[in-house]
Amino acid sequence: MATASVLQARSAGFSFENCKRNALVEANATDLGLRVPTARKTGTTICGVVYKDGVVLGADTRATEGMIVADKNCSKIHYISPNIYCCGAGTAADTEMTTQIISSNLELHSLSTGRLPRVATANRMLKQMLFRYQGYIGAALVLGGVDCNGPHLYSIYPHGSTDKLPYVTMGSGSLAAMAVFEDRYMPDMEEEDAKRLVRDAIAGGIFNDLGSGSNIDLCVISKGKVDYLRPHDEANKKGVRAGSYKYKCGTTGVLTKAVTPLHTELVEETIQTMDTS
Amino acid sequence: EHPKMSASQVKGVSTGTTILAVRFRGGVVIGSDSRASIGGEYVSSRVINKLVQVHDRIFCCMAGSLADAQAVTKMAKFQLSFLSIQMESPPLVKAAASVLKELCYRNKDELQAGFITAGWDKKKGPQVYTVSLGGMLVSQPFTIAGSGSTFIYGYVDAKYKPDMSREECMQFATNALALAMGRDNVSGGVIHLVVITEDKAEHVIVPGNKLPKFHDE
Repeated sequence: MATASVLQARSAGFSFENCKRNALVEANATDLGLRVPTARKTGTTICGVVYKDGVVLGADTRATEGMIVADKNCSKIHYISPNIYCCGAGTAADTEMTTQIISSNLELHSLSTGRLPRVATANRMLKQMLFRYQGYIGAALVLGGVDCNGPHLYSIYPHGSTDKLPYVTMGSGSLAAMAVFEDRYMPDMEEEDAKRLVRDAIAGGIFNDLGSGSNIDLCVISKGKVDYLRPHDEANKKGVRAGSYKYKCGTTGVLTKAVTPLHTELVEETIQTMDTS
Repeated sequence: EHPKMSASQVKGVSTGTTILAVRFRGGVVIGSDSRASIGGEYVSSRVINKLVQVHDRIFCCMAGSLADAQAVTKMAKFQLSFLSIQMESPPLVKAAASVLKELCYRNKDELQAGFITAGWDKKKGPQVYTVSLGGMLVSQPFTIAGSGSTFIYGYVDAKYKPDMSREECMQFATNALALAMGRDNVSGGVIHLVVITEDKAEHVIVPGNKLPKFHDE
């Protein structure tokens, strides 16, 4: 008997159906002997500062999976538009996809308006999306850029609230980085001072927070120019081994040697040409 | 009166907060502290302005989840600007409070935000309204809200006088906020005050080192 298949129209918005099931599985996981897989988080220290001519964004480069470093040199400063970049902390997949979605939408918007996109627009799009998902998208972002109204810096929390400030930090190492900022931030800094300040703030996070580590990436955005410095500072270069543990050829004595050649027979030979035009 | 909102119950960034609004002869003073916290442990911003201008002579202050409060006030600002164009006159303070109330009430299961709306309109002059967590709308001569408000109920009940002058009212609001900020760990920073009269809305900031000092051991 043929069954008529009905196309069920997908309801708009996020489907929270599996959340109840997941909660149930997580609660009974230990009884079933299962270990719940954890999402890869970026641990992270990210920060940004507004200086005289623009903004400087900084990030560490360690991605953790529980207590293991999954990626020693991941890139946390994401491209949004030619004049706007965004650092992401929290769940790695969430920050990656969220910034890509908004970057794509912003490019279409920019083509539609015929103007360079504004940082406030990117902020609005990001906060509205994160609020819509009520914090389930674990993305904490530092958004910075320079547009027709000057340099702007926003911090965006996973639940959708935003702050527009001259200096912001996010991620597990944010407390260490904020301590550096609160001590040394001054309005209208020069570019070199601002880069040094951000570098020191990220270094504070790298050396005092277990979830942050490896190198320091910087992104300097000013009017008409973007310097993506990756890496800006290789604070944690892998050490070079002092001695060699290789054994000299001939250390192990050979008692007997027997060689057995493996006979292979050519059965069939075909030639398939590939169209490489 | 609305229930005290403990900071740990709010997900994400919470405004912790002490907010108030007081009516005086000829206008209203609306004020707040400037601290936003996460989980009652970390101050995520020590300078946020919780006073949002939803129309020329109408301000509201946010309490509760910062994400929810920002989303609701942006929606209210949009609706009120539409309303003022349609009615060809500035909206009534009660209308602004009603818009916030409607958003809070209809979405009470999802939202965790409360507001105080204050302003001046031609029909009834200066007014203060409070919109609680679940969407209750009440008009009062003065009102306090937020986690820090519990520490100053006695003070405001004892010190409030109807028909104060502008200076007396600003001093009253500053004192009340300073006392609350001194005792509540999730309120602090600087004091933001907005004085709304028929002529203008004036924003005054009292920085941390200029706060009124009381008996401090």
